[in-house]
Amino acid sequence: MVKEECKGIWVFAEQENGVLSGTDFELLAKAHDLKEKLGGTDTITAVLLGDNVSGLVDTLYAYGAEQVILAENVNLKEYSARPYEKVLVDLANKYKPSIFLFAASPIGRDVAPRVMCDLRTGLTADAIDLDVDEDGVFVQTTPNFGGNILSHIVILEKRPQMVTVHPKVFEPFEPKAGATGELITESVEVEADNDYVVLETSMKQFEGKPIDECDVLVAGGRGIKTEEDLNQLRELAHLLGGEVACSRPLNDNGWMPHEDQIGQSGTTVKPKFILNVAISGSVQYLAGMQNSGCIMSINHTASAPIYDVSHYGAVIDYRKVIPALIDEIKRRKAN
Amino acid sequence: MTFNFTEEQVMIRDMVREFTKKEVEPRDKWMDENGFDYELHKKLTQAGLMGIHLDEKYGGGGGDAVTSIIVIHELAKGSASVALFLDANWLAADLILYHGTEAQKDKYLTQAAQGKIFAFGLTESSAGSDAAGIKSTVVPAEDGGWVLNGGKAWITNSGVADYYIILAKTDPDAGNKGISAFIVPKDAEGLTVGKFEDKMGMRGSATCELSFDNIHLPADALLGSLGMGFKMAMQALDGARISIGAIAAGLSEHAMTVAKNYANERMTFGKPIAKHQGIQFKFADMSAEIRAMELLTYDTARMKAEGKRHTLEAAQTKLFSGTRCTQICLECQQVLGGNGYSKEYHVERFVRDAKLLEIGEGTNEILRMLIGGTVLAQK
Amino acid sequence: MKILVFVKQVPDTDDVKLDPVTGNLMREGVESIMNPLDANAVETALQLKEKYGGTVVAISMGPPQADEVLKKALGMGCDESVLISDRALGGADTLATGYPLAKAAEKIGEYDLLICGRHATDAETAQTGPIIAAFLGIPQVTLCGNVEIEDGWAVCERLLPDRTEKVKVKLPALITVCAEANEPRYPTPINIMKALKKPRYTWNAEELGCEPDMIGIPGSPSSNKRIFEPPKRNTDTKYFEGEPEAIAKAIADVLEAEHII
Repeated sequence: MVKEECKGIWVFAEQENGVLSGTDFELLAKAHDLKEKLGGTDTITAVLLGDNVSGLVDTLYAYGAEQVILAENVNLKEYSARPYEKVLVDLANKYKPSIFLFAASPIGRDVAPRVMCDLRTGLTADAIDLDVDEDGVFVQTTPNFGGNILSHIVILEKRPQMVTVHPKVFEPFEPKAGATGELITESVEVEADNDYVVLETSMKQFEGKPIDECDVLVAGGRGIKTEEDLNQLRELAHLLGGEVACSRPLNDNGWMPHEDQIGQSGTTVKPKFILNVAISGSVQYLAGMQNSGCIMSINHTASAPIYDVSHYGAVIDYRKVIPALIDEIKRRKAN
Repeated sequence: MTFNFTEEQVMIRDMVREFTKKEVEPRDKWMDENGFDYELHKKLTQAGLMGIHLDEKYGGGGGDAVTSIIVIHELAKGSASVALFLDANWLAADLILYHGTEAQKDKYLTQAAQGKIFAFGLTESSAGSDAAGIKSTVVPAEDGGWVLNGGKAWITNSGVADYYIILAKTDPDAGNKGISAFIVPKDAEGLTVGKFEDKMGMRGSATCELSFDNIHLPADALLGSLGMGFKMAMQALDGARISIGAIAAGLSEHAMTVAKNYANERMTFGKPIAKHQGIQFKFADMSAEIRAMELLTYDTARMKAEGKRHTLEAAQTKLFSGTRCTQICLECQQVLGGNGYSKEYHVERFVRDAKLLEIGEGTNEILRMLIGGTVLAQK
Repeated sequence: MKILVFVKQVPDTDDVKLDPVTGNLMREGVESIMNPLDANAVETALQLKEKYGGTVVAISMGPPQADEVLKKALGMGCDESVLISDRALGGADTLATGYPLAKAAEKIGEYDLLICGRHATDAETAQTGPIIAAFLGIPQVTLCGNVEIEDGWAVCERLLPDRTEKVKVKLPALITVCAEANEPRYPTPINIMKALKKPRYTWNAEELGCEPDMIGIPGSPSSNKRIFEPPKRNTDTKYFEGEPEAIAKAIADVLEAEHII
């Protein structure tokens, strides 16, 4: 696509079963920031694919979309890579956006590379920040090596500039009731992908609340010695009305499921209070929790990087403190 | 260090290195507390390591003496006990490889490649360094077989072995030349395995006493010819001493790695202790000595692979490496200060493991006698 | 059945640093390994071969030393290897990486199943698989666990954060596999001894028939403007000291002040 002809910031409005992904709203909010930095002339467009999903259009306006391109077709009811790829490529070729944002979700990461390939443009993966530099160039920040190294990526000549964005790095707007915008209804012709069939789906059973919805988290890391110790952390978390979470080593060793792992390679969390126990604080872990309200850490190494982001700390073996803390909280609750 | 390894040997080294990091090192402390690890033995077998130096026709990996030393060296970087287990296993099984009949090789080496465990029985409670002084006896049985009586002590892999290669006197009046080797299965009637020795270190390798009460063996239990047992055993010990060099090099490196990580993290007087010269000097000496151990070990292994006599070189390798390994482990313990004295920091275990390397397969004193005598007699 | 499995060489650590002077990655002393998730991909390929027969070709793109990971793949039991190596391919972004890999698949031809690891541990883009599939115009199943073959279809378990899907995809297709899919085997000594005698090919961009403007830096729409270490935060930390009971009391005081209890 010719760079000069491309205009506008697109957000792929990911929906499943008629429910929009929360990251869509984060991207719409960030799009406004980018629009301002780019001179304020780009239109912010949400691109919504599905079947009978027009009811979501007003929600997209409420969260900041100025325009919605709605493409409905029975063959887009469930996500499937090749039909979605075709429609997104056709729409992009028709309207020529300058920036095209996707959530770095399973769907976003499945379809965006195919769209990028067809459009022969660039796609930055799993960005944790988006900005416009002093020359007016759109810059994406992306983590490498588990976040120990960051890169600034630019897509200078090709358009659209495509990005998948890590969930929960941007704040969505408060929804504005009654907000409205321009609706473009596209009638698209697309075949179902008969070579790709979802035979069955089994939902995972989660115990407790998802960690990114908890106000209180107690997280254990590499230094946790035994699974019994982990159960103590769980007891403590429940006493505080929260859940137990972990850093990567406890997922790698199989003690904790991936959905309870904090970090760039897991879930980004922002609880009101987090207690880090025996976690040294790798860069990717810190990035996954450093915006929490109150951060407290227990680690027996004083030089651990976790203390760089902690409001409170205790340099001590957690096995000495956790039982005492459980007793103390039980005592105070009883009074 | 690559030491002119072949491309295949480099691949095997990398593979064992990865295996050690993932499967062996995390189990070393457990083995120290609980003894032999059957699960790990299963994994060694699945990875094809138990018979790596045996011919493919026996289901082995087709490697040579250097290849097997690579395996021991790399394993010792995660667990000296496991390396010792494999060393003792090969010391016994290789007697069949070098001296067995075709029928014996077909029968036993195939099983060795499949993970059956072998133990070598020479030492007795009253005959350690003075190996020719063993008292166990074998006499011919009426059916053409043999009858074994007596006992053994300090037999590595006993209690977990499937087969024992036992040295016993077949001609009490012939001294060294009256000793022969026999293959004894673990379920032989009359074989009693005593309780596990409560050892200072190397606790992941099993060590017991054995007693033999009129064990009847078939005619083909004899390994090699009558009266050749002592010579076979001494040759086998030459090989095992190279293995001890490899264990010493690997264990020393393991200890130095733990100490290095600690020295780079531990702060005193506002800087990591690694920035203090007193600590740096220790690492300078240790790293030089470890490199020397590796060179001695692999050069002697090369001699063995080329079929050259290596009795002197193997003894020198073991004497130097075993002695320095104990000192290096003690130095590493010193680097860790008070934490070095705690079991949580591993190095105290390395100190306990290392000491065996100055005792087993020939004490320092015996080795010095052998080396000194040889060197002084050389023209 | 012909299976192509794509493997990448990556540094054996996340703990990489930048040279304070040049700003480049410090590679010295960092060992290179097969991307761990690519080992899962190789394992999936070998298990399928053992179950359904066929051949497995391992493919990697990189400098000559990337051959190390191919040798490992052969040691694990792959039948052939292809190294795509050419200076002209250097500096490629994901598009210019996927393109020659897709060209290699075309050159090998008659493939049934292409397998990638879910992502590489260095850049973690997770894009290469879908890009290869898009270039070849074949369907893809990302994030696979267990995979079976049934009458020209692959039946894949797809491991998503909130659910597991069972997906049937018509071959030829590309799949990417997760760490949960399997436990990769170690190379075995027997396979290592045979590895170097197996067919091993090295192809350059011309042999692959790559368009010059589609490869390397000219073929890369995106570029790395700057790499840097994340800035350190320095929060004022209030430390609790003393006996465990005193620390527990101090922590509980904070919890009360924050209205957690």
